[in-house]
Amino acid sequence: MKYTLKKFVSMIVTLVVVSLCVFLAFNVLPGDPAVRMLGLEASPELIAQTREQMGLNDPFLVRYFRWFIAFVQGDFGTSYSYSVPVAGLVANKIPITLTMGLMAFVITVLISIPLGIVTAKYENGILDRIINVSNQIVMAIPPFFSGILITFVFGLILRIFTPGGFVSYTEDMGRFVRYLFFPSLAVALPKISMTVKMLRGSLIDEAAKDYTRTAYSRGNNTNGVLYRHVLKNAMIPVITFLGMALADMVAGSIVIEQVFSIPGISRILLTSISNRDYPVVEAIIMGIAVIVIVVNFLVDVIYRIVDPRIGIE
Amino acid sequence: MEIILDVTDLHIEFHDHETPEVAVHDFDLMLGKGEIVGIVGESGSGKSMSALAIAGLLNRKTLTKSGRIMFDKHDLLTCDRKTLRSYQGDEISIIFQEPMTSLNPVKRIGWQVEESLRIHHPDIDKKIRKMKAIKMLKDVGLENAADVYNMYPHELSGGMRQRVMIAAAMIGEPKILIADEPTTALDVTVQAQIVDLLKKINREKGTSIIFISHDLSLVNQLCQRVIVMQKGNIVESGKTTDVFTRPRHTYTKKLIAAIPKIDLNGDGDMA
Repeated sequence: MKYTLKKFVSMIVTLVVVSLCVFLAFNVLPGDPAVRMLGLEASPELIAQTREQMGLNDPFLVRYFRWFIAFVQGDFGTSYSYSVPVAGLVANKIPITLTMGLMAFVITVLISIPLGIVTAKYENGILDRIINVSNQIVMAIPPFFSGILITFVFGLILRIFTPGGFVSYTEDMGRFVRYLFFPSLAVALPKISMTVKMLRGSLIDEAAKDYTRTAYSRGNNTNGVLYRHVLKNAMIPVITFLGMALADMVAGSIVIEQVFSIPGISRILLTSISNRDYPVVEAIIMGIAVIVIVVNFLVDVIYRIVDPRIGIE
Repeated sequence: MEIILDVTDLHIEFHDHETPEVAVHDFDLMLGKGEIVGIVGESGSGKSMSALAIAGLLNRKTLTKSGRIMFDKHDLLTCDRKTLRSYQGDEISIIFQEPMTSLNPVKRIGWQVEESLRIHHPDIDKKIRKMKAIKMLKDVGLENAADVYNMYPHELSGGMRQRVMIAAAMIGEPKILIADEPTTALDVTVQAQIVDLLKKINREKGTSIIFISHDLSLVNQLCQRVIVMQKGNIVESGKTTDVFTRPRHTYTKKLIAAIPKIDLNGDGDMA
């Protein structure tokens, strides 16, 4: 419990530091938001007045705290280019991107763990060799390209899904998930290869340890040793990796949305960056940062459950 | 004395390199019921290899074994894996040199102590299994057995872990306990305690023990018979008192001479 509390406090501290960095970064960027909002023809008086209204003349820390408190309350500011609250702008986009990231994660776990076990169990067997070679190939293909290949194979040749036929979760949850499966797969593929490779190595390392011999000496068969003893130990480094991979896959989904024309965060992020629509960009970056930090916290908590040696002084 | 284990012409060869390497050459051992036999020799003499072979733990593909290991009318070298497994942990148990690493770091002590029972006697009720495990932990000298039951290996010292290993090995009341240098990694005081514990187990449960060590004074304290090994061969064997007072082979003489001080009137249970 003490360990979890410690990790929780450290998560909050990290969040504050990250938010400070994000806010600072957007303050030193060139471009006056007041000018952006009013246009270049606006009179200097009007610009000065608007700056005052927007609170842009207040000291840095005052602006930061105002922004931070509003942020925690769900007020992400007003979009400069659309003049609507950022929250409303991203609210129905975030679930799409997040679902994709989570689906990619679930696919990664469901495929890579059995494959990792099989490759380690039949080390140097035919299946192991085939999987190892395909791993090397898959790892080298970036998701946006495998996305194109998947669209071609599953969308155009096999016609399992309709490319561009995205259905929002508000309309039909089933079709939404079915459509997102393929882009999620594209995001997951390189992570699957890495996880398989990692779990295989970890399992083989653990199988050579002394406690494995003890397990055999008690009358365990190979499966007993593998599932009751070795797997839990071997999962420890893999959990760390999967935690990082989850955060990475949420971010990776943004790129893939473009390939599969999914109206997630990506489009609004790209336009906001080119329009210098800072509140929107800030909100999205903070969103990703929050996901990464929360996932790290969860990994720490799971870690403690799997490995009792952690967190004991 | 009833013979419960009969090893004849055990021969172990490694094939890791171009020329095969003989690890054990024609090893013979007859183990009586309730007897403690010591195997001594320096590192690489083949004593641990022989022990692992008897425990059925030598299964590498780069290794060939021949000879016979007769136990309960079966040859453990040639019988099917299922038969071998049915003995492992139930009739033949083993404890190792490295108590620090021989336990699974992420499993609770109780779970590990109970494992043999769970595998060989799944019909035993969970509560009874737990009771047996706690009693076993008490028997091996762990006072706070109920607490230890819920602990993880890293919370225990080396001596305590070796006691846990012994508890786990003994829970199925095996006929044979193989102790492969069980005290080498421990402090001298703890060594003596472990040797006393093995004596107690032998006396109270009648378990036959194969005690492997390079520490001749411990062997002298504990074993009725001793086998001296060198480079995979048995160079001398017989009653411990005879071998230690009148060593015939020069290697045995050297081993005895190498010990700073040896108490030849040791307090071993000389049967």
